[in-house]
Amino acid sequence: MNSRILQIATNTFREAVRDRVLYNLIAFALLMSAAAVLVGQISIQIEKLVVINLGLTAVSLFGIVIAIFIGIGLVSKEIDKRTLYTVLSRPVRRWEFIAGKFFGLVGTLFVNTFFMAIGVFAALAYVSHHFERSDAWVLVALYFIVLQFVILTALALFFSSFSTPIFSAVFAFWLFVIGSFAGDLRNFAAMAHGITRWLATAAAYMVPNFSALNVISEVAHGQAVPVQLIVLNTAYTFVYAAAVLSGAVLIFERRNLK
Amino acid sequence: MILSQRINIIAATILICGMACAAILIRTIDQAHASTAVQETLYISSPKLLKRLSLGYHGLFADIYWTRVVQYFGGVHSRGGGTYNLLWPLLNITTQLDPHLIPAYEFGGTFLSAKPPNGAGSPEQAIELVQYGIQNNPGDWHLYYDLAFIYYDLKDYRHSADAFLKGSQLPGAHPFLKIMAAQMAEHGGDIATARMMWTATYQTTHDDMIRANAAAHLRALQADEDVAMLEQLVQDYRVRTGRLPQTFSELISARMLRGIPLDPVGHPYELEDGRVFISDPQDLPFVQKGLRPGYIPSPVPKLMPAN
Repeated sequence: MNSRILQIATNTFREAVRDRVLYNLIAFALLMSAAAVLVGQISIQIEKLVVINLGLTAVSLFGIVIAIFIGIGLVSKEIDKRTLYTVLSRPVRRWEFIAGKFFGLVGTLFVNTFFMAIGVFAALAYVSHHFERSDAWVLVALYFIVLQFVILTALALFFSSFSTPIFSAVFAFWLFVIGSFAGDLRNFAAMAHGITRWLATAAAYMVPNFSALNVISEVAHGQAVPVQLIVLNTAYTFVYAAAVLSGAVLIFERRNLK
Repeated sequence: MILSQRINIIAATILICGMACAAILIRTIDQAHASTAVQETLYISSPKLLKRLSLGYHGLFADIYWTRVVQYFGGVHSRGGGTYNLLWPLLNITTQLDPHLIPAYEFGGTFLSAKPPNGAGSPEQAIELVQYGIQNNPGDWHLYYDLAFIYYDLKDYRHSADAFLKGSQLPGAHPFLKIMAAQMAEHGGDIATARMMWTATYQTTHDDMIRANAAAHLRALQADEDVAMLEQLVQDYRVRTGRLPQTFSELISARMLRGIPLDPVGHPYELEDGRVFISDPQDLPFVQKGLRPGYIPSPVPKLMPAN
């Protein structure tokens, strides 16, 4: 990473961590993990299951909200405040600006996830009094959640490069919803015929595949996550995020900022 | 007092009184609607739709539905039992959302098959549920045990023995299953077999409701045996003296009993015209002997604590 990208990423990170909304969302996620302990007590025999399911779902959903709502303002806010012109008047390329913003927000989300994960493990330790070997798979689920954030940040940035914040939020959120149905979309494409089949297949492979990145239910039961899935999901995330970021760069390079 | 202080006091008073009144009103509303069909409503009955709506977080949805199963069953049970119309759909949704949620199969196997008012009285659905559990968790011997128990309740000892045998062949299975397979094949209907089954359930389950249910069955079995044994003693006394005893004291005087016999919950048995009766059958909901003619069990099944 060159120094200009690193500088923009650092500033984006600093700006994000100054946002009070961020702390509120993290506090809510931690509250959900604490609530999981209470909910677990009224769910006969599945206390630990509830803590993992509710805790990781909270980490995932609040992280997605943070990724979307901070991501959509990354470019438009700079344009509104006219700080973008100051940045671009220096020897900074537009693609470096996009890349820096992306890495800055991903860094923020990674740190957030780290703190929220501490909350989940604290709740887990409270409920089960000791950790088991199978609890290590919770870390894999958390890693997959971070991969979800990477894709969503890229998408939010992509929409932010050409649209208003509200539309960017709507587009990013709906892509998250559709991406959760990616498997169903592929099944539909397989059953369709003619042009519908081609269109459905194209749509199924274009939308992000969030379903493969959600292993919360499996790890809650202590099931192992295959190494192959970890490698493939990592590769998929990097390829997909790189493609979406390239799209954002292509649009932003051509955008008239005057 | 300045105006702003007065406003603060009034606002604080309204806040406290308002919240207190709201709490009282909610309690009144809950009491008024306690027996209505609020809990009998299932807005989304399709597990497939719910799985899609969960956006991949189906594990959490399953936990929520499992909690609802427990609350629904507890609610209907405490209101005096009923038809448990929602028990099957709720368990079906729970297990379809998370096919590895073993407690749901165990709970469903027990309370779907149990006769009303203690359960839904739907052994076919209980079998379907547990078989779905076995299909998704083929290595869990507990599910074979639950299946065997349902067949045992139906007096289908052949299928029960078969389920015990299949469960016993799984790695890590409790050795008890192999014994039960043989016992079921040879002596399916014996009281000793029943006691073994309920004792095993009592000892192996982690669910308080299932344990209380097993304890109630064990107490009922004990009472059935006591009544049969006491009536035999009464007949022996008649053979010896040529007349029926009027009280247990006569049996004690004849050194046939050490003291007034007590049922498993501590109430004395009653003796009338040579027949032995349970003084308070409400405390022994599954008992079959010692009931007075025309006795109608209470619609509110009394499951006492397991211990």
